[in-house]
Amino acid sequence: MIGSARSWREKPQRYRYQAARCSGCGKVFFPPRVVCDKCRGRSFETQVLAGSGVIETYTVIHIAPSGFTDEAPYAVGVIRLDDGVRITGQIVDCKPEELAVGARVRREFRKVTEDGPSGVIHYGYKFVPES
Amino acid sequence: MEVGIVGYGAYVPRHRIKVEEIAKVWGADAPTYKKGLMLREKSVPSPDQDVITMSVEAARHALTRAGIDPQRIGAIYIGSESHPYAVKPSGTIVADAIGASPDLHCADFEFACKAGSEGMFVALSLVKAGEMDYALGIGADTSQGAPGDALEYSAAAGAAAFIMGREKILAVCEHTYSYTTDTPDFWRREYQHYPRHAGRFTGEPAYFQHLLSCARNLMENSGTTPEDFQYAVFHQPNGKFPMRAAKILGFPKEKIEQGWLAPTLGNTYSGSSPMGLSAVLDVARPGDRILMCSYGSGSGSDGFIFRVTEAITEVQKAAPQTREQLENNPIYIDYGTYAKFRGKIRKLEA
Repeated sequence: MIGSARSWREKPQRYRYQAARCSGCGKVFFPPRVVCDKCRGRSFETQVLAGSGVIETYTVIHIAPSGFTDEAPYAVGVIRLDDGVRITGQIVDCKPEELAVGARVRREFRKVTEDGPSGVIHYGYKFVPES
Repeated sequence: MEVGIVGYGAYVPRHRIKVEEIAKVWGADAPTYKKGLMLREKSVPSPDQDVITMSVEAARHALTRAGIDPQRIGAIYIGSESHPYAVKPSGTIVADAIGASPDLHCADFEFACKAGSEGMFVALSLVKAGEMDYALGIGADTSQGAPGDALEYSAAAGAAAFIMGREKILAVCEHTYSYTTDTPDFWRREYQHYPRHAGRFTGEPAYFQHLLSCARNLMENSGTTPEDFQYAVFHQPNGKFPMRAAKILGFPKEKIEQGWLAPTLGNTYSGSSPMGLSAVLDVARPGDRILMCSYGSGSGSDGFIFRVTEAITEVQKAAPQTREQLENNPIYIDYGTYAKFRGKIRKLEA
């Protein structure tokens, strides 16, 4: 169970893919950080992450954690976005055996999980094959 | 002052189920259903898709075409009969996801299959009244059909979004009209999973009476005839009804076909005629006139006359087109997977 508050706090990242770009050295953080671990800078600008990228690596989850058991087997991958930022996300609308490193994917807005049938629904990003 | 559509977009889920796959489970005759409903297959939402996720994708496509700052959108109205929450608006989540919050009006609409077109009308009217620069109307549904019921062959999923405005209009709205009466042809009571319908009563006194009256009165009020239109889009509870309505009104098949998505999409309820309109806008040429009439049980029909402008050609390919999404890369599923996706399997309580 994620609860209402955490999901609400993470809206800029889960809904709008807003990363923080260090004003000093340009390093991009997703999710944002208070202090840059490269130059110790504390000033950041908002950067919206690119909507597409390639699969850099992935794994297939067969034994899923609670809340995701109905989805197994499903793929989770590290996606190198077209702006160079790498993020982790589920890859859906495909069979895991059809996936390949280097394949292009794009981001879509999806339900991520829900706090049971009467609880809050948590939305966010997942990736789908581009073609 | 002219107002109209300044951005539009649709979303179609990738999964499909064929009529044969449903018919074999219920011992029904697939060819009879395919011929009777003029329907071959329908879209199915993934377990992680709902009215909100599809509305966000459709709205993002509309924003791409409109090329406007989402902060300038003054209202969001989503029409659906499958809002994920009974209490908590779908529109607030969509507004936050597309970056339109917090300076805007928002409410969810419900009027069976015409809640989306009502949302479009209100959005259009607020812009026309000068209350705001832009307003967003969305029709979306993950339609419900009871297992074994005739509705199960058609109840589908999809969304279409329209940003209304006064600048850089893609399709000017020249006239609107709505025809509304109390007609109990289809309904779903509180806490019920599936809707019920009154069988053949859904035809003549319901769909045809309202939709044909809407189209006729709209054309009479505007001094137009079918010859004045290059395209017509009617609500599509199946493939057959809109074709029959077109024939009665005097629209030839070629003016209907582009927006006639039901044979491979199914009935996307509140998304139905709005998605047909988005498919027409994808190919319409400057100067074309489009007649659109929705139908929602209970009952009502909203009519619009749009005139396409020069600006349309620049944006038609700026975002995924409706038929491209419908025709490219479908994933066919069997009835077991469909039953799991749609939550039709009773499981142990967690």
